[in-house]
Amino acid sequence: MRRVENIFWLVGKELKSVLGDPVMVILILWSFVAAVMLEASGAGDTVRNAAIAVVDEDRSPLTRQIEAALIPPWFQVPVAMTADQAGAAMDRGEIMFALAFPPDFAADAIAGKSPVAQLLADATAVSQAQLGADYIRNIVQSEARAFLTGNPDGPTPQLRLELRRAFNPNGNPVWFKAMSSLLNQLSLLTIALTGAAMLREREHGTIEHLMVMPLTPVEVALSKVLATMVVVLVAFIGSLLFVVQGVLQVPVAGSAPLLVAGAAVYLWAAAAIGMLLGTLARSMAQFALLVIMVIIPVIMLSGGMGAVESQPDLVQKLTLALPSRHFLAFAKAVAFRGAGMSTVWPQLLLMAGLGVAFFTASLALFRRSMSLSS
Amino acid sequence: MTTQMMTGQTEPVAQLGQVSHRFGKVKALEDLTLVLPAGRMIGLIGPDGVGKSTLMGLIAGAKRLQQGTVRTLGGSMADARHRTAIGGRIAYMPQGLGRNLYHDLSLRENLEFFGKLFGLGRAERATRIDRLTRATGLHPFLDRPAGKLSGGMKQKLGLCSALIHDPDFLLLDEPTTGVDPLSRRQFWDLIDAIRADRPQMSVLVSTAYMEEAARFDHLVAMNAGRVLAEASPADLMVQTETTSIGAAYVALLQADNDMAPNDSPTADAFASATDPVVPAEQPTAPPPPEEPAIRARDLTRRFGDFTAVDKVNFDIARGEIFGFLGSNGCGKTTTMKMLTGLLPATEGEAWIFGSPVDAQDPQARRRVGFMSQAFSLYGELSVRENLLLHARLFHLGRARTDQRMLDLVPRFELEEHLDQRADTLPLGLRQRLSLAVAVIHEPEILILDEPTSGVDPQARDDFWKLLLDLSRNDRVTIFVSTHFMDEAMRCDRISLMHAGKVLVTDRPDAIIASRQAPSLEEAFIAYISAEIPPEPASAAVLASTSDSDGNASGFSLRRLLAYTTREAMQVRRDPVRLAFAFLGTAMLLLIMSFGISQEVRNMPFAALDQDHSPESRAYLSTFEDSHWFLTRAPILDPTALKQRMASGELTLAFQIPPGFGADLRRGIGAEVAALIDGADTTRAGTVESYVQGNHASVVANAGGAAPALAMLAQANPEPVQLISRFRYNPAMESLPSIGPSIPPLLLLLFPAILMAVSVAREKEIGTITNFYVTPTGRAEFLIGKQLVYIGITLLNFAILTALVVLALGVPLRGDPLVLLLAALLYSVAATGFGLLVSIMSSTQVTAVFASTILSVMPTLQFSGMMTPVSSLEGPARILGNLWPTTWYMAVSVGTFTKGLGLADLSGALMRLAVFGPVFTGLAILTLRKQEK
Repeated sequence: MRRVENIFWLVGKELKSVLGDPVMVILILWSFVAAVMLEASGAGDTVRNAAIAVVDEDRSPLTRQIEAALIPPWFQVPVAMTADQAGAAMDRGEIMFALAFPPDFAADAIAGKSPVAQLLADATAVSQAQLGADYIRNIVQSEARAFLTGNPDGPTPQLRLELRRAFNPNGNPVWFKAMSSLLNQLSLLTIALTGAAMLREREHGTIEHLMVMPLTPVEVALSKVLATMVVVLVAFIGSLLFVVQGVLQVPVAGSAPLLVAGAAVYLWAAAAIGMLLGTLARSMAQFALLVIMVIIPVIMLSGGMGAVESQPDLVQKLTLALPSRHFLAFAKAVAFRGAGMSTVWPQLLLMAGLGVAFFTASLALFRRSMSLSS
Repeated sequence: MTTQMMTGQTEPVAQLGQVSHRFGKVKALEDLTLVLPAGRMIGLIGPDGVGKSTLMGLIAGAKRLQQGTVRTLGGSMADARHRTAIGGRIAYMPQGLGRNLYHDLSLRENLEFFGKLFGLGRAERATRIDRLTRATGLHPFLDRPAGKLSGGMKQKLGLCSALIHDPDFLLLDEPTTGVDPLSRRQFWDLIDAIRADRPQMSVLVSTAYMEEAARFDHLVAMNAGRVLAEASPADLMVQTETTSIGAAYVALLQADNDMAPNDSPTADAFASATDPVVPAEQPTAPPPPEEPAIRARDLTRRFGDFTAVDKVNFDIARGEIFGFLGSNGCGKTTTMKMLTGLLPATEGEAWIFGSPVDAQDPQARRRVGFMSQAFSLYGELSVRENLLLHARLFHLGRARTDQRMLDLVPRFELEEHLDQRADTLPLGLRQRLSLAVAVIHEPEILILDEPTSGVDPQARDDFWKLLLDLSRNDRVTIFVSTHFMDEAMRCDRISLMHAGKVLVTDRPDAIIASRQAPSLEEAFIAYISAEIPPEPASAAVLASTSDSDGNASGFSLRRLLAYTTREAMQVRRDPVRLAFAFLGTAMLLLIMSFGISQEVRNMPFAALDQDHSPESRAYLSTFEDSHWFLTRAPILDPTALKQRMASGELTLAFQIPPGFGADLRRGIGAEVAALIDGADTTRAGTVESYVQGNHASVVANAGGAAPALAMLAQANPEPVQLISRFRYNPAMESLPSIGPSIPPLLLLLFPAILMAVSVAREKEIGTITNFYVTPTGRAEFLIGKQLVYIGITLLNFAILTALVVLALGVPLRGDPLVLLLAALLYSVAATGFGLLVSIMSSTQVTAVFASTILSVMPTLQFSGMMTPVSSLEGPARILGNLWPTTWYMAVSVGTFTKGLGLADLSGALMRLAVFGPVFTGLAILTLRKQEK
């Protein structure tokens, strides 16, 4: 009971500290409002505004019809070039694709000779090159069919494939981006706030003050973790309601309370990481470098910027230790697939467990850092 | 008028006219007018917070003038040209022990740096450093880091730094606060010797030790931002009919307060308090034999090979006031921390009321109250909140908390300030609040670490009355450390500590008697002198032999490089930071390059095959054989399909209707349904394209892969074909595309943060004063520091490039020189961004937050790393184009993967080149050459 009381009062103190600092409040607002909107609304389709050049040595109605079908928002208006020009332009990164038609392309097509057009793609961006090439093939073939037979779909094939996307039928990229961006902001702020609260207390010498009172390190550390969780969770809920659901119009398929509860569990794990970094670092400079070293994998390997399943096995095992990976899996399931507790409990358990592990490690370092700070 | 002032000895060294200065709402100086005669030693006396430091900062040009006129050395300090011109003639030593020194650098390195700032040549520096350090006795310690010097030695080093360029005007802000009596005496002897040698030099000193003020030629007594009186020490005492400067000051203060009535103590009470010989209160009778409140036996603490506390023993009786004296760094604080359980003892043991000090026992801490050296309450909380927080953490309960508040608030005179933020209180009040907090739970023992350092005499007297009250009336045992002899005299017993050892423990009068000294101070000096070898102080050779050209104005490469050298040395002294920077980036490069994959592999899929015909199995087997897909257990019914998709177990599900095979065989045609998990849109797009591709190839190669599907052979194939070639990365591997795009991320984030912290740290620690008061230009300061981080970034670039080529096996096909050029431009941009952020932030915390939060998103998301900038939408795309990573990414990927050279990349290079100068230029323009 006394412990709970202690933690309660300490959390109050931490909250006053964070909210009393206007710079922090501005940075929190920036993260959860502006940054989420910037990132989510910035998300286009994988192939979007792709610059394309056409090397047309045929100049027939067919090739012009194909060129006219390469339209925004997927492609920019095609630029006519010679083969050499196109190669150089691709080197400079000005174009992503170059589509070349040989002489007599249309005539050969009418004659049933099945002529071959060439597509050159800049494969330094692998997924864009691949998807774009697929799109262009579909466009070329359907325009050719339409040109020759008047029916762009051609004869009905024997075996048809009916493809549908579940959970986001129109493939609106903003939905997923909004969620992963929210996760990025959660991670960055929680880790940095908790760790900095710890370091600041050490640098100002107030930690000694706490340590000569009848308080245990657990209470001191826990109160900082809880205070950060409260601040960031409130910001998260606000961002979810007003920015993600409100401005960005992202529907939440599952239970919103469950999503918030999961966020709370994730915050616990992230704050524990922050606490660990805060006790590990001896100066603000070291802390800052540690935060960057942790936040890059947290953001880039959790599945928001490339599927976890595609990672090599070893890296997949390593990223199991990233709570952000489990949170993203959880958030995708609840927000988009409408999953319930019965589905997502393993992720919740994993996040909570990781939090306990990080928090325990930071407590072990706490005493050590106390004696080193003197 | 001006002509007259410019000639002759009568020209004042500084003149202030109607100067007012405020910090936010707090007024530091109010309509102050003052003329300081040249060639004299002028003392500025007055309590903490009356505006002494502000006044000195204004005269030295370190602080920006807000209102009024300040003329120093014959020119207006509002004029930047004049400040630059006389920068080399002024030396300013700010308040705080070694506050403008670089603690991680050695004595020699510190002095070398200051010499370079004032344009001294190598030989000149060597002779002057040699002469100054010999004269001050610091010569044997030239290679010791400044941070490891004692307080007195730090101040001597500060003095050497100030004197290195033979200034005409020396400003010393509380140079002896926190220094032991012997060092203090040596310091003043040194100043006297210097003045004897260079009589034309003017000296302005502020001090909290009234005894010292008697040595000065001329005194200026200040209170509440105004001048109370100015005269020679003798005249001042005559005017006020007092016998000591301390008493004179109090009399002046009282006369001043009489106009604005206040409840200040009588001059008599103060005079007795400051009287060095007669204790104000007689110690109580020897304590009755009982369990000592505090007992220490052979208490020892070592940090590495440095012994901070060496076998300390003492017994302190209940209700006793026990004083602890000694210079800074002699081990007082460490001893106190061991007694509170903050630090474990290396050897020996300590007991509180007979039970061993156990850091793990929270209940034992209820009996102890602790007040640490620096103000360590929460500045952002109000006085009331601070008190209540501590009451609650000690679980006093509501009733007792109310009663304690009712008792303590009037007793400590905090009523008027209850709702004020603690960090806005003047020092004296803060200390009272600290004490109130330390006693709120009515502890039986109070441990106070230099509670009155920097507090004015009157506030100190009030403070000690509270202590005596607690000791005599509440029988609280008080263990207190102090630098003040008058306070030591009020203790029952005192210990003198030096270099980790207790030299003597006894009653103050007994200690005086044991050395037959006239005062406690003399007795202590005698004790300490016996411990250390006499210093060869030959101040006669202090003055320089040649005249230096101190007023170097205009841009100086030497000064710029002085900052570079210094910063580089400091960075080298922090190997952990460098290791983080180099090993951290290397590790991240490897993990990220292997970890991020643009390929979609091993996508789990399953099928609900309601047909189970050879045809359906043949169709599905073409997916099972692909390395893109990973087969999971078959789906049994439509509900299971929904569930397994919802759980995220499956990314792709097929449904093959009954009669599929039969329909195909009959030639009516059949349909397969595929459902893709669309939650992750990018991945869904890729999966979709794979499924379509696989489906198309099944149809096109009918029978090839699955003989059962031979009937699909198309009657009329596509009228035209499209052959795709993937340039630069024909195998479509992730590594050649990801590998070269990771260094651009790391080479921005790490240098930006290192740089941002570096300037903010100088602001927080106070070494930025060296930039304010020396002739250093803004560009010299910033670019000088920046060069170091540009160097680090380039080294890091070399390491990362080698790793990409050797460890990731991505060949560098293009021109390495172009990549190097881009890295150089990029490093200027990254560090320039760090500079800009750090100039906007006042603390390291803000610098860290602002630089991380502002740079992580554009660097990771908008720079073309995963999504080409051209595919971004709206503001994100604009931001991407306005961020240097985008352009360096283009060069990095261009040279590595595309094998490009200068001609192809000149556009990106030119854009990249803009960022560095713009960021750095903005930083230089925004940086203030003076403090607010």
